[in-house]
Amino acid sequence: MVRIKKESPDRPDNTAFTQQRLPAWQPILSAGIVIPGFVLIGLAFIGVGVGLFITSRDIQVLEIDYTGTDQTSDCNKCTNPNTKNCVCTLSFNIDTLFKGPVFFYYGLTNYFQNHRRYGVSRDYKQLYGDLANFKDPSTDCAPYRLDSRNNPIVPCGSVANSLFNDTFKLYQIVNGQRNVVPFDGKGIAWWTDYNVKFKNPDVTPLQNAFNGTVKPLFWTKAVYELDFSDPSNNGFINQDFLVWMRRAALPNFRKLYRRIAEENYTNGLPAGNYSLEISYNYPVLSFNGRKKVVFSNVSWMGGKNDFLGIAYLVIGSLCVVMSVVMLIVYAKFKFPEDD
Amino acid sequence: MSFFGLDCVTKTERELERKLRANDREYNRSFKYAKNAIKTSKYNVFTFLPLNLFEQFQRIANAYFLVLLVLQVIPQISSLSWFTTVVPLIFVLTVTAAKDATDDLNRHRSDKRVNNRKVQVLIDRKLRSEKWMDVQVGDIIKLENNQFVTADLLLLSSSEPLNLVYIETAELDGETNLKVRQALTVTGDLGDDVEKLADFDGEVRCEAPNNRLDRFAGTLTFAGQKYALDNEKILLRGCTLRNTEWCFGLVLFAGQETKLMQNCGKSTFKRTSVDRLMNVLVLCIFGFLVCMCTVLAIGNYIWEINKGSNFTVFLPREDGNTAGFSSFLTFWSYVIILNTVVPISLYVSVEIIRLGNSFYIDWDRKMYHSHSDTPAEARTTTLNEELGQIKYIFSDKTGTLTQNIMIFNKCSINGRSYGDVYDYTGQRLEISEQKDSVDFSFNPLADPRFVFYDHSLVEAVKLENPEVHAFFRLLALCHTVMAGEKKEGDDQGELYYQAQSPDEGALVTAARNFGFVFRSRTPDSISIVEMGKQRSYELLAILDFNNVRKRMSVIVRNPEGKLSLYCKGADTIVYERLHQSCSKLMDVTTEHLNEFAGEGLRTLALAYKDLDEEYFNGWKQRHHEASTELDDRESKLDALYEEIEKDLLLLGATAIEDKLQDGVPQTIEQLSKADIKVWVLTGDKQETAENIGYSCNLLREEMNEVFIVSGSSSDDVRQELRNAQTSMKPSAAENSVFLPEEKGEGVKPMKDEVVNGEYGLVINGHSLAFALERSTELDFLRTACMCKSVICCRVTPLQKAQVVELVKKYKQAVTLAIGDGANDVSMIKAAHIGVGISGQEGMQAVLSSDYSFAQFHFLQRLLLVHGRWSYLRMCKFLRYFFYKNFTFTFVHFWFAFFCGFSAQTVYDEWFITLYNLMYTALPVLGMSLFDQDVNDVWSFQHPQLYVPGQLNLYFSKKAFFKCAIHSCYSSLVLFFIPYAALQDTVRDDGKDVANYQSFALLTQTSLLFAVSIQLGLEMSYWTAVNTFFVLGSLVMYFVVTFTMYSDGMFLLLPSAFPFIGSARNSLNQPNVWLTIVLTSILCVLPVVTYRFLLIQLCPTINDKVMFKVRQAKATLPPPPRRTRIRRSSTRRSGYAFSHAQGYGELVTSGRFLRRPAIRSAGFPQVGRTTTGFSPMGRSAGYSPTGRPQNLKVSDVEVTSLQMYRTITDPPLSHT
Repeated sequence: MVRIKKESPDRPDNTAFTQQRLPAWQPILSAGIVIPGFVLIGLAFIGVGVGLFITSRDIQVLEIDYTGTDQTSDCNKCTNPNTKNCVCTLSFNIDTLFKGPVFFYYGLTNYFQNHRRYGVSRDYKQLYGDLANFKDPSTDCAPYRLDSRNNPIVPCGSVANSLFNDTFKLYQIVNGQRNVVPFDGKGIAWWTDYNVKFKNPDVTPLQNAFNGTVKPLFWTKAVYELDFSDPSNNGFINQDFLVWMRRAALPNFRKLYRRIAEENYTNGLPAGNYSLEISYNYPVLSFNGRKKVVFSNVSWMGGKNDFLGIAYLVIGSLCVVMSVVMLIVYAKFKFPEDD
Repeated sequence: MSFFGLDCVTKTERELERKLRANDREYNRSFKYAKNAIKTSKYNVFTFLPLNLFEQFQRIANAYFLVLLVLQVIPQISSLSWFTTVVPLIFVLTVTAAKDATDDLNRHRSDKRVNNRKVQVLIDRKLRSEKWMDVQVGDIIKLENNQFVTADLLLLSSSEPLNLVYIETAELDGETNLKVRQALTVTGDLGDDVEKLADFDGEVRCEAPNNRLDRFAGTLTFAGQKYALDNEKILLRGCTLRNTEWCFGLVLFAGQETKLMQNCGKSTFKRTSVDRLMNVLVLCIFGFLVCMCTVLAIGNYIWEINKGSNFTVFLPREDGNTAGFSSFLTFWSYVIILNTVVPISLYVSVEIIRLGNSFYIDWDRKMYHSHSDTPAEARTTTLNEELGQIKYIFSDKTGTLTQNIMIFNKCSINGRSYGDVYDYTGQRLEISEQKDSVDFSFNPLADPRFVFYDHSLVEAVKLENPEVHAFFRLLALCHTVMAGEKKEGDDQGELYYQAQSPDEGALVTAARNFGFVFRSRTPDSISIVEMGKQRSYELLAILDFNNVRKRMSVIVRNPEGKLSLYCKGADTIVYERLHQSCSKLMDVTTEHLNEFAGEGLRTLALAYKDLDEEYFNGWKQRHHEASTELDDRESKLDALYEEIEKDLLLLGATAIEDKLQDGVPQTIEQLSKADIKVWVLTGDKQETAENIGYSCNLLREEMNEVFIVSGSSSDDVRQELRNAQTSMKPSAAENSVFLPEEKGEGVKPMKDEVVNGEYGLVINGHSLAFALERSTELDFLRTACMCKSVICCRVTPLQKAQVVELVKKYKQAVTLAIGDGANDVSMIKAAHIGVGISGQEGMQAVLSSDYSFAQFHFLQRLLLVHGRWSYLRMCKFLRYFFYKNFTFTFVHFWFAFFCGFSAQTVYDEWFITLYNLMYTALPVLGMSLFDQDVNDVWSFQHPQLYVPGQLNLYFSKKAFFKCAIHSCYSSLVLFFIPYAALQDTVRDDGKDVANYQSFALLTQTSLLFAVSIQLGLEMSYWTAVNTFFVLGSLVMYFVVTFTMYSDGMFLLLPSAFPFIGSARNSLNQPNVWLTIVLTSILCVLPVVTYRFLLIQLCPTINDKVMFKVRQAKATLPPPPRRTRIRRSSTRRSGYAFSHAQGYGELVTSGRFLRRPAIRSAGFPQVGRTTTGFSPMGRSAGYSPTGRPQNLKVSDVEVTSLQMYRTITDPPLSHT
């Protein structure tokens, strides 16, 4: 007969949790795990590294500085801040086919889009088309919130104010003829920016929404007339504006300007001579900035970046080397098993 | 303390003398003496909030967050939202306050319970039942048997003859022996006559409240006469009245002013060493934070000058903001951003971890004592990790190491040993509870609680073996025990013994059960029931015990008229006085004695002799002359005793077990393997303490030497200590010259010294008083620390605390004090950790302790398992926590160099808010609540695992520095790998991915992966819960991130969730994922390599054990050894250790007896001038100076002990 012993209520419960006996996996850094682990990681990294490196090497990049500090450059004439509507031309040639689709970027250096005061100087609600914020922009926008006559600035803030406003035209010189290389400016911004984050007010015509507001101080055109060729590409959802408003992480950055994938250029830029016509407006010399244009194609890993491949290779090799070292140490010293 | 405490403070004109008048409340009130209410609580309803907040803001971190909060409200500076600080701060304050409140509530409750006890007070000429708290100084109160003494009283009268009362002082000094107090005759005559008592208007003048338990001085003026008052007339609060129907007392000191309360050290707020280290580190971190911010502010200044001033086209400065001002603002902005180096969640988490680990202690079934139904209890929840760092344990003896029960275990009669049980093959069996014990039903007077297992002895008694009969007859006759019959309860009429020492009680009880029942005594007769027959022996003389004689004898005449002398005493002493004819028996008995001593039993040899009538009459005559002699009486008496106690015939020997608590020797052995030093601080006599020291493995035969320090002056003690030092370490003498040159400022910690061999130290109370003097304390400490174990005997509660304080002061070590009685309270409070033994009568020790449980041997589980784990977990937690937050924060620092030092955060603000609260909180908590390197069985197997804790190896400044370096590395990887990987790159459709938001997302994801993997490396015990926490937190991160970067959230609050789409647009890129993998792997690889190599090249004890566990995984770990520790001891104990001199006299004087005292029956009062008697109980010998009689006692002890040592260490074969 089993006697049921009554337990005192004070007696602690006998559970795995209260008695700290929960079943558990107790891994330790034993040679059997660490050394093969290092070899495996090393080999995997080397594999990935090789792949990345080869991919990156195949990506073509053409980068041309057009700041104009160089006397020989055509853009040198535009460096004078008094020159208005300056247009300069850059000539370059491509030896082999520049595989398409080719992306055309403009780049800036020494430009602090990631500065905190610069970054916060915008009004998300206004850019989302909130008319209340048209009349009374967020205080974050200071000092580009109101103009000198206390009219609200739309779009307000430093970021919008400093919109990049150089424009480019690319010609292929074929037998002395200048053939325009068509640019595709659609969908160069993030889908979410275009469709969700930025929005024009529901006012037609768009211009009416901006009554009583002024355009940013540095702008020559109002935000609703940024693109004459395509009326739908105006206001806050103008692609160039969107690209600019997504501020860069680092002081040297490039931003997508156009895509080259149309007409004769679907396969890329054929070898030949090209001429780039730049309307030079954006001042960068005051802060020792540089301006450049970049032609590049992409792969599965994005744009050209040798670093990642090399890093993978180096670390993979280090792992393998370390595993050998560890093996030697293990064989030589071994874990002293006696107490 | 409180507002109510204030009036105490203002009344600081120290009371020099106390004046009071009995039954005159008006008069006594004018002195504003303390009432009898006690208060141990800290707060009341009104003072709680301000006091508690004040205490909490004393924590640097809390104050810091308050400052931070102020900073965040300033718009120019604010780089983070204000509520990110407020919410955690309020949470922390509330949780802590709630905990403090419950703690204090418990204290209030226990105060209330004590304060509301009832006692009878004489008010308006009537006895009224009043609450304790309402009792005032000058009241006369009536106490009844077994009641606690309400306050410090002057004994007025009692129910017993000669106005004696018996008290038990266990609560005060831990001794369970009864003590006697006697009232003045003049007050004793008041009796229990309420009218007379109400008329009593005696005035008392006495000393001011103090903490000396052994001393009292005052005068009573009554009816124009002055009477001197001393300690013998005082009942102290904390005592219990025993064997006394009633007594009346006059309240002298009440409440906080009682000696008991004065002896309780101040309760201080205990902090763990990790806490203190953390505070130091937090300060360092603040310093470091300021440095970082300064660097960044300077950076900002330079940037503003070089670049910012040119960049004003696109980023104009606000009016009047110069570069200098900008850098000033930047400084504060970075203070806010980088505050995450000391996140407030650190403190919350630490509290939670401690709470969790405290619960584990409460829940532990292996620390639950089913016999007394007491679970272990963590009464303080803030000290857990300290349990893993204990270096010194200070233990009480009685009730802690021993059960204070004496058991008649074995005996040797006429060359035959009884007490062991053998099986058929002659193998000795282990005596356990299940064995069937001897049936004593043949004897109606047997004590049912007495158990004996050897049936052969009872057979021998039944067979009327003459030696066996003589043996028990001796035990029934030769003692000073009083017999009585119970008056109440179920077992009414049952015989019970009131023994002066528990040893003697055990012996008489044994005789009782074996058929020689001691029934009663008168001053000149003893009546016993011998095998059912009542016989009365005439008691002719008691040759009393003292420390030098180490024996006692009685001379009796049996009913047949034969004269006999019965003697029992220390074997060595008795052996010297035996007749030659016993030499054979002596040899056999010696063997048995050695065997008994080897088992740690206390032994006595018994002998008798028949006396010649004529000779005795002559002797008696001479004795009478000697005892009336005026000078040199003592030595003449001794000579007489010596003369008659010779040519004795050996009967045999007894062995008594001073029953240790379960598993004490094993526990002490384990603890010493864990490199913990155990010091026993006891109020008991030196011999007792020493004997227990041996039986519980604290002192060992194999020890090179056990030093006894018993000097009676400061110089003597110092010399003895120095001598001990030199013999332990010959080079010690030179060093000691440099030791005491500590000049007040800054206490230099004393280093541990290595000595060759094992040593023990025994020091007694009054030597300790000298040893604790400023000039000697370092010598004492040094000697004590060189010894393996230390026993201090006859120490007062305050000395216990002083010893603890001394070690705390000079040794950078964590101390633990364990005890069960009120006399241990001060030491429990003084030590870093106080442990109370619960489940017994007194609760004082438990109430002031930090941890409590029922058995001493649970201590090893508390330390070696719970303590070790708690420490390990806490350290792992801290190391990891600092790592993860430093890494998190340092990334901001690197980013600063690329964003114009503009205090731009690297991460999304939401990530910053949730990082500590959500993404990393649970995994690290999981680790700190569940982690264990090896399980409890292995922890016991390898007590050495405990040592790293004592050396602070797991978390120290060095470990912290390593963490910082590691974080620095990780943060560099975490910033620069994404930096390089995203530089100029684009998505696979050519669109932007090198923007700020994608970069933030990439970095924070990499960070989270890196710290999670790092956590995985730290964690050595992956339960399902841990795994769930780690993986769950990662999943949670993605869920939260995608939710917050979703369209819906943006539409809800556009300005709060500007990161819309970042997750979708970045995390679908292979190169982003490749970067995350690269970054997180790169953060961890060097750590793995380093650790692996470290394990291979110089493995720690943990690594070794873990490796062993792994190897033994297939085979279960061996069960913990349960072998009984057998010591091959040749050491034998002396006579009844807790015995005191003077009782023989009392017995013969008849003053103990409940009948009108008969003066000088048989023997006249010998040699004492005092009325009453002054037993050499522990109340004697406390005060170090000015008490000549004490000094004399100590002399006696010294010689006796030396004698004892030289004789008892013969080179006998090891059994």
